[in-house]
Amino acid sequence: MNGMKTKTHNLSRTTKSNIITYGIVVAAYIIVEIFLRAGMVSSLLEGLLVPLCMYVILAVSLNLTVGISGELSLGHAGFMCVGAFSSAFFSRCMEEMIPAAGIRFTLAILIGTVFAALFGILIGVPVLRLKGDYLAIVTLAFGEIIKNVVNVIYLGRDSRGFHISTKDSISLGLEQGGDVIIKGPQGITGTPNDSTFLIGVVLILITLFIVINLINSRTGRAIMAIRDNRIAAESIGINVTKYKLLAFSVSAALAGTAGVLYAHNLSTLQAQPKNFGYNMSITILVFVVLGGIGNIRGSMIAAVVLTLLPELLRGLNDYRMLIYAVILIATMIFTSSPGGQEIQERIKLFFERKKTKEA
Amino acid sequence: MIGFISYLVNGISLGSVYAIIALGYTMVYGIAKMLNFAHGDVIMIGAFVVFSTVSGAGLPPVIGVLISVVACTLLGMAIERIAYKPLRKASKLAVLITAIGVSYFLQNVALLIYGANTKSFTSVVTIEPLTLADGALVISGETIVTVAACIIIMIGLMTFMKYSKSGRAMLAVSEDSGAAQLMGVNVNSTIALTFAIGSALAAIAGVLLCSSYPSLTPYTGSMPGIKAFVAAVFGGIGSIPGAFIGGILLGVIEILGKAYVSSQLADAIVFAVLIIVLLVKPTGLLGKQIQEKV
Repeated sequence: MNGMKTKTHNLSRTTKSNIITYGIVVAAYIIVEIFLRAGMVSSLLEGLLVPLCMYVILAVSLNLTVGISGELSLGHAGFMCVGAFSSAFFSRCMEEMIPAAGIRFTLAILIGTVFAALFGILIGVPVLRLKGDYLAIVTLAFGEIIKNVVNVIYLGRDSRGFHISTKDSISLGLEQGGDVIIKGPQGITGTPNDSTFLIGVVLILITLFIVINLINSRTGRAIMAIRDNRIAAESIGINVTKYKLLAFSVSAALAGTAGVLYAHNLSTLQAQPKNFGYNMSITILVFVVLGGIGNIRGSMIAAVVLTLLPELLRGLNDYRMLIYAVILIATMIFTSSPGGQEIQERIKLFFERKKTKEA
Repeated sequence: MIGFISYLVNGISLGSVYAIIALGYTMVYGIAKMLNFAHGDVIMIGAFVVFSTVSGAGLPPVIGVLISVVACTLLGMAIERIAYKPLRKASKLAVLITAIGVSYFLQNVALLIYGANTKSFTSVVTIEPLTLADGALVISGETIVTVAACIIIMIGLMTFMKYSKSGRAMLAVSEDSGAAQLMGVNVNSTIALTFAIGSALAAIAGVLLCSSYPSLTPYTGSMPGIKAFVAAVFGGIGSIPGAFIGGILLGVIEILGKAYVSSQLADAIVFAVLIIVLLVKPTGLLGKQIQEKV
């Protein structure tokens, strides 16, 4: 027992903080599982578990771009879209060839992630030359382009191989018994439902592991140096383009992973404004900012709380989104305005005084 | 050929609406240095006010539009006072998220009052359509009014900025708000005035947009708002002629893309053109290149 104590004392502060972060995820998983087993979770909440994992991964990965790399990206949903469609396409094609769901889904996750990473590099190379609001609008534009292009793709398969068209499913000219896999705006139907809460939690842990290790590495410090002062970082020999691109594409790849989770949680996958449009990117950005820019644990908590909040407010029906909006504005004013910070200071002082009185 | 000209006219008409919205966007950006995501929703509110007063209460269109302009001006100033003013010294991201919150707020207020069903908006324009080339080319009254309104507003704004005292105060604040304050410019009231003008323009844009495309929902303003933002960036954000040119170009590209390439890809084409322009000229067509100082 005594030995344990000294051991934890020897751990550095960051290691301790990281263990807490992983611990929160594992603890949350165990608690939810206990409630599930006891039958105390409503079906509505049960259906939210996989989306919750997805939002957590999205928030943590966007925090890498916005918080650590300091680039405002509004196109995160686009990368998610790439991951979702590439992996759903793979799963649909391989459903008969690889019957084992475990192997197929693992491969699907890898494919979705790799494709999103490739798009991250492709988009990152031209885009990362821009700064601030210009970068924001161009990433938004790329996200919208991805969504729009996915909506006009028709892809079918028959004995002669794959056929692609941008007009309609008839112009694919499939043989008898051919199968249209991507049906333009109707998207992909019949994707196997492989996503489970456990896989979601495992993916969160992997995401955390990648992001946390990246941040605490030499690479991560280089990325943060660029964020804090690009010119100074450049002058001490840090390759700005390389590190910016690295952060951006890792973030895109992880968004792709979240997309895989999303695609395999639904039987019909369609690219719509509400799931892959800029509104989704903004929703994720709200998680990141409210959770604390650059704070990984904060992003996780904000993603969970803000996804559950509208559901918990469901009793208020039509007013719930209105209340959500008011809470959003009030939180920002409370945390970021001089008046709000003063109130925070006073509250802190009040509690400190109480403590000293008691002592 | 006539087909092309008629698409071009439609494009200029839509572009004029974008330009009016973008003018509001660009002024607010130039002075408050913030992306006002709620601007698109002010457009929607403006259109709904006209819908209530003209279609609902039966007032004459001119009065309805006037009420809408006044209502949106007050709304814009209220938003600035309540949500943005406390955050004047906060980080850019904090202000952006607040603007998103305001945008959600306005959408949901409209949703509560009017419901999610699409309302059919009655055009407020009563001018006869203009028939040219022996009836082959018809220019609607809405188009004429929209383009005229856009040109008048742009010229009016440029004159205002150049010759009026408050206009020059705006220029000064956008250049360097600290120095402007030292010179005796009231920065707070200048910013409030900017929001007032921007929101008044948004009301006009909303009415014109819904007169040409008569379906109105609480989310009507969202996409035109984003497009206008794109237009403002396209022309060089902060520049008034830039917003005008950007808006018109965007409208023309969108309509021509719809007509000749694919109606589903029109938005993608608009965004692709924006990306190309920004990669070639990172500050937009008429934007000022700011040198980085070490």
